[in-house]
Amino acid sequence: MDCVEQKDTEANAPSVVDRYYTRWYRADLKGKTCEDHCILQHSNRICVITLAHTHPILQDGRIIKSINYQISNGCSRLNNKVSGKSKRGGQFLTDFAPLCRITCTDETEYTIYSCIRGRLLEVNENILETPNLLLEKPSTEGYIAVILPKFEESKSITENLLSREEFESIVAKRTVDQSQPT
Amino acid sequence: MLPLKEKDKPIVQKLLSAGCCARCVLRFCCVSVQAAYRKPPQDTLNELQAFISSTENPKTQDSASPPEDPPSKRAKLEAGPSEEDAAAAVKLKDEESRVCVVCLGILQDLCGPAQALKVSETVKAEKYEFDTLVLSVSLPAQLCVREHSCWLHVKKELREKSIAVDRDDLIQVKEAFKWIMQGLVAKELGGVAVVTRVGDRNEEEKELFNATTCSDCFKPTKNKQSVFTRMAVVKALEKIADAKFLKHYPSPPAQPTSSCIPQDVQCLHMSVFVAGRYNKFCRSLPQTPWVIDGERRMESSVEELIAAPVLSSFRSDGFNFSSSGREDVDVRTLGNGRPFAMELLNPHRSRLSRAEMKQLQETINKSSDKIRVRDLQIVTREAMSRMKEGEEEKTKSYTALIWTLKPIQREDITFIDDIKDLTLDQKTPLRVLHRRALAVRQRVIHSMNTRFLDSHHFYLGLKTQAGTYIKEFVHGDFGRTKPNLCELLRTDTDILELDVESVDVDWPPSIPE
Ligand SMILES: [Zn+2]
Repeated sequence: MDCVEQKDTEANAPSVVDRYYTRWYRADLKGKTCEDHCILQHSNRICVITLAHTHPILQDGRIIKSINYQISNGCSRLNNKVSGKSKRGGQFLTDFAPLCRITCTDETEYTIYSCIRGRLLEVNENILETPNLLLEKPSTEGYIAVILPKFEESKSITENLLSREEFESIVAKRTVDQSQPT
Repeated sequence: MLPLKEKDKPIVQKLLSAGCCARCVLRFCCVSVQAAYRKPPQDTLNELQAFISSTENPKTQDSASPPEDPPSKRAKLEAGPSEEDAAAAVKLKDEESRVCVVCLGILQDLCGPAQALKVSETVKAEKYEFDTLVLSVSLPAQLCVREHSCWLHVKKELREKSIAVDRDDLIQVKEAFKWIMQGLVAKELGGVAVVTRVGDRNEEEKELFNATTCSDCFKPTKNKQSVFTRMAVVKALEKIADAKFLKHYPSPPAQPTSSCIPQDVQCLHMSVFVAGRYNKFCRSLPQTPWVIDGERRMESSVEELIAAPVLSSFRSDGFNFSSSGREDVDVRTLGNGRPFAMELLNPHRSRLSRAEMKQLQETINKSSDKIRVRDLQIVTREAMSRMKEGEEEKTKSYTALIWTLKPIQREDITFIDDIKDLTLDQKTPLRVLHRRALAVRQRVIHSMNTRFLDSHHFYLGLKTQAGTYIKEFVHGDFGRTKPNLCELLRTDTDILELDVESVDVDWPPSIPE
């Protein structure tokens, strides 16, 4: 293996997300049209849950009124605390555990789900202060939560998810369907 | 003369009758004079027999068992050779060849010049360099049971005679073995640790424990083949009531049919520690072997490239590598390099001269152009800890090649040069979060400097507190490091290359070329 250093000074270097993460998707979550979620899986199995760029919140110049991690009277994702290397104490989430509810100024409300099984490591408190992060940088600084799948499930959790290609073909089909008169 | 007192007489008598070897008799009489154990065992036996028969109290003869025959004994000692004497000698020989009921032969045939020679030859065959020698012996667990049984036997006698003896004053088999063997082995050699292990012989003691209620002492453990470990047996013997023990096991212990079998001789040299600094010139070389899902990702690693020639020079079995921090697989380490140290396990060679160390360093450097080593030297274990000391307070210097999303001009980045002691709040980076605790750590960037390249690229030099995650400072890690370079420049930024320019730890001392 030689060690010649290639200086890539072109501006087309892949982004941080593309370099280290694999994009997975769930489309039309809970049967609700276009409520697509994106799961960024790092090579170390950690997953970052974000809105897919097709999510209704990110369309038509919507403005976010509030983001609520209190998903029921008894449970707030903001109370999640993990300790130690083994991340003791984190809430364990199943595929369709709600992470938060987002309300827009037009009074539409959306629930964001965990999408995968795993331990909740953290939620993004920055979007509470600056909801615009969600609109401006949905796949980085506007992330919703970080989840650590079980070690033995790190491969199987993506079986139920859509690959980037599969998701894009669904989105393309959607556009065709919409453009056809009903 | 044996250092025995009149009160020991009945004990000696009892032990010999039970089938104890001469050295075990000494042990149970708490004889702590090492020289007594080093005498040939038959001489000791003769003395013991002379001792018990020389008594003014003839009553002892009543309790004597067949093997002892004091009158003929005395005849042998007092008179010259005779037929009677020859018969006694045969009888003696018989007794000698009988395996001791307590030590199972360990203090008999397995403890003498022949065994010492065997141990020494094993050590010699491995061609060690050494100055001092430590001998240790690993004994089968069943010996504890026999020892306990024999102790109960003696205790009864002591109690009848109202003699107070603390069991801790007895000499242990291990102790006696070392007293006899250490000198013999050392005479043959000079100074390496020798471990002599003596193996199991039969199952009778296990049956004892299966029959009793000590089962809680014998819980199977993950990495032990047998539940009857020495520790478990010792613990069980401490717990078991005398009466219960005697119900399941004879006291004194029964005559064994064969002696212990020596298993093997293991040699171990104390670790040698080697330190130095390394450069890493390659962006596809991990510091340690990189294994994901049991599969190797890169064909080599910094530690392997350094270790291979070192291991062969010291003829060492293995190593533990440590360094002052570590760089990612795609990061180079330039400048004076990163301090490292390695513990060499069981080195057969331990003394390398300054010139030989220099030669070794050259061998490493010639073997690969991906790394380079300097200041290679032998250090002490204590000195090694200096590398990790105050690691947090040390500074590190880096150069990063930065990409910006928005086009930049020369003057857009100059303000960065004026930023001093910028404190970052860094959440544990996502890329290491799977193996480290989640926390927010404060780290300081002491200073930065920039070198403009083109409208999307510049070099960023950083001098930081050790432990600062540079990549995350540049791309922000999903906004989890604050402030970050994206915020400072109000555009997305990314890191294309990273070099460690210096690791400011003043250990190990530099060696002038
Ligand atoms: Zn013995």
